[in-house]
Amino acid sequence: MIFIEICVGSSCHLKGSEKIIHLFQTAIAEHKLENDVILSGSFCIGKCNQIGVTVQIDEDIFTGVTPEHFREFFEQNVLSRINKEI
Amino acid sequence: MIQEKYKFDTKVQYLKYKVLREVAKLAWEDKLLENVMDIPKMIIPGKIPTMRCCVYKERAILAERVKLAMGGNPENPNVIEVIDIACDECPAAGYEVTTSCRGCLAHRCEDVCPRQAIFIDQNHVAHIDKSKCIECGKCAKICPYSAIANRKRPCQNACKVKAISMDEEQAALIDNEKCIACGACVYQCPFGAIMDKSYILKAIDLLKNNKNQKVYAVVAPSISSQFTYAKLGQVITGLKNLGFHTVIEAALGADMVAQAESRELAEKGFLTSSCCPAFVSYIKSAFPELTEHISHNLSPMATIAKYIKETTENSKVIFIGPCTAKKSEAQLENVKPWIDTVLTFEELQALFDSRDINLTVLEEDVLDNASYFGRIFARSGGLSDAVSQGLKEQNLTDFELLACTCDGIEECRAALMKKKRNILNANFIEGMACTGGCIGGAGCLTHGEKNKAQVDAYGKEAMEKTISDSVSVLHIVKK
Repeated sequence: MIFIEICVGSSCHLKGSEKIIHLFQTAIAEHKLENDVILSGSFCIGKCNQIGVTVQIDEDIFTGVTPEHFREFFEQNVLSRINKEI
Repeated sequence: MIQEKYKFDTKVQYLKYKVLREVAKLAWEDKLLENVMDIPKMIIPGKIPTMRCCVYKERAILAERVKLAMGGNPENPNVIEVIDIACDECPAAGYEVTTSCRGCLAHRCEDVCPRQAIFIDQNHVAHIDKSKCIECGKCAKICPYSAIANRKRPCQNACKVKAISMDEEQAALIDNEKCIACGACVYQCPFGAIMDKSYILKAIDLLKNNKNQKVYAVVAPSISSQFTYAKLGQVITGLKNLGFHTVIEAALGADMVAQAESRELAEKGFLTSSCCPAFVSYIKSAFPELTEHISHNLSPMATIAKYIKETTENSKVIFIGPCTAKKSEAQLENVKPWIDTVLTFEELQALFDSRDINLTVLEEDVLDNASYFGRIFARSGGLSDAVSQGLKEQNLTDFELLACTCDGIEECRAALMKKKRNILNANFIEGMACTGGCIGGAGCLTHGEKNKAQVDAYGKEAMEKTISDSVSVLHIVKK
C-alpha cells in the first residue's frame, strides 16, 4: 500500500492540481490499483515550484509534475513501487 | 514614522497598533515579562503631553492598552472592553438647545413638547428642563433653525443594538448580554476608550512552535481591500515569513457554506445566514424566537478550519480578518476545536512590523483556493449571490430564492422585526452587522470607498468560476 498526496495549495492549484488528480484517478482505475494506492490531497506540501504540481509518494516529495510527463512519472514512481511491494 | 500612520484611518488605530507592535516585538524575543512595564514610556517618552492632560495619564492609559494587547481581563467574557480611564465622559445630555436658537416668536418647540419640558426665558430663547424631558426629539424636528441638537456619545450612537450605557462615573459601560462584539464602538470612539482584546501572544506562541506543528493562516476575502500599499502576493509571502505553513482563503470555506446553505434553504424554506457572528449573536439575544431559523452551517471560517484539522495531522489554524466578533465566535463550543486564535488586519500589520517585515520589497506569492462567489462574501449582497449560484449549480431550480440583503445591523433588525410579525417577503435573510459587509469591519486597517470594487475585482481574478469547481478539489483531500 502506498500513499500519494497531491498538493492543492494555492501555487499548485494554479498550476493544475485538479488535472493531475484526474490523471491519477484515471491511471489508478486503468491499472486496477484501487487497493494498492490511497490518493489524497494536502494544502501545501511546502515545496512551491515554478512549474507543475508537487506530489508526495510515501516519504518522497516530487516537484514539477505536469500532465505532459504524467505517464512516465506514474510508471517510474508508482507502478515500480507497487511491483517492488508485490 | 510618519509614513506608518497612513496605513490606518485614525490616530487611535495607529496608537493601538504601536502598542501591539511593541508587545509582539518583546514576545518574539521572550522578553515581554521583564519589559512590559516599560512599553508606555517607550511609546510616550519625554514630559510634554500630546493627547491628554499629562504624560502620566497618557502612560496610564497606554498601560491599559498593553493589558488588552496581552489578552485583556480574563474575568470579562466579552472580547470588547472599555478602558474606563480613557473614556472622556463625553456629554451625553441628549436634546439640548444650542446657540442657534434665535428666540423666535412662534415657539413651536414649546407647543410640540408632550411634557412641557421647554421653557422660554425673557429673551425668548428656549431651554429644556432635563427633569421633564423624555428625549422624544419632537422639538428638534420642528425647530425651523435646527437649533436643537441631540448630543449622543459616539459610542452610544455607533452601538445600534443599544448595549452601551454609562456607569456611575459617567464612563461607558457595555451590557455583555446585548453586545454582539461587532466592534462599531471600538472604531467610532474618538478617544480610543473601547478596545477589542488581542490574542496576538497566542498567535506568536503558535508560530514560534512551528517546527512541531503546521500553522495555517486562513484569511478573509476582505484582505483584498487591505494592505493597499503592497500587493496581495507580497502579503502572502509576508505571512509565510512570519512562520505560517501556508495561507488558505476563508473564501473556500464560503464556497463550501454556499453549497450547503443553498441545500438547507431549499429543504427548510426559510433561513437566516450564519456567516456573520455578530448577526447570529444578535438573533440569539434580541430575537430568541427566531433562533431555530439560523442556518446550521458553521461560518466559512469555522468550515474551512474544521476541514483543515480533519485532513491534516498536527495542524493549527489562525483566522485573520476584519472582524472583532470572530474573536467571540472562536470561543463558542462548536468552533473552539477548529480555530486556535483570531487576529485582525490591524494586528497582522503589527505582527509584520514586529518582525521588520517590509511587504513592499518581498516577492509575490499566490493565493488561489476559492471561486468568485466565495470571495464576494466579503461585501454586502455577496452571500445572497453565492446562495443563488449554489441553488443553480445543484439544480435546485424549483426553489425560488427571495433574498433580503441586510447591510448593517439596523437593516438586520428591520428584517427580523418583519419576520417576527410574519410580514417579511423573503425566504432568506443575509445579515451583515457591519455596514458594507465585512469590508466595513472594525479590524480593518482602512475603510475606503473603493473597498467594494477591490473585493469584486479580486473575486473575478479567481481561477475557479463556479462554486462546484472550487469545492470539487476537496473531495480528494479528504482521506
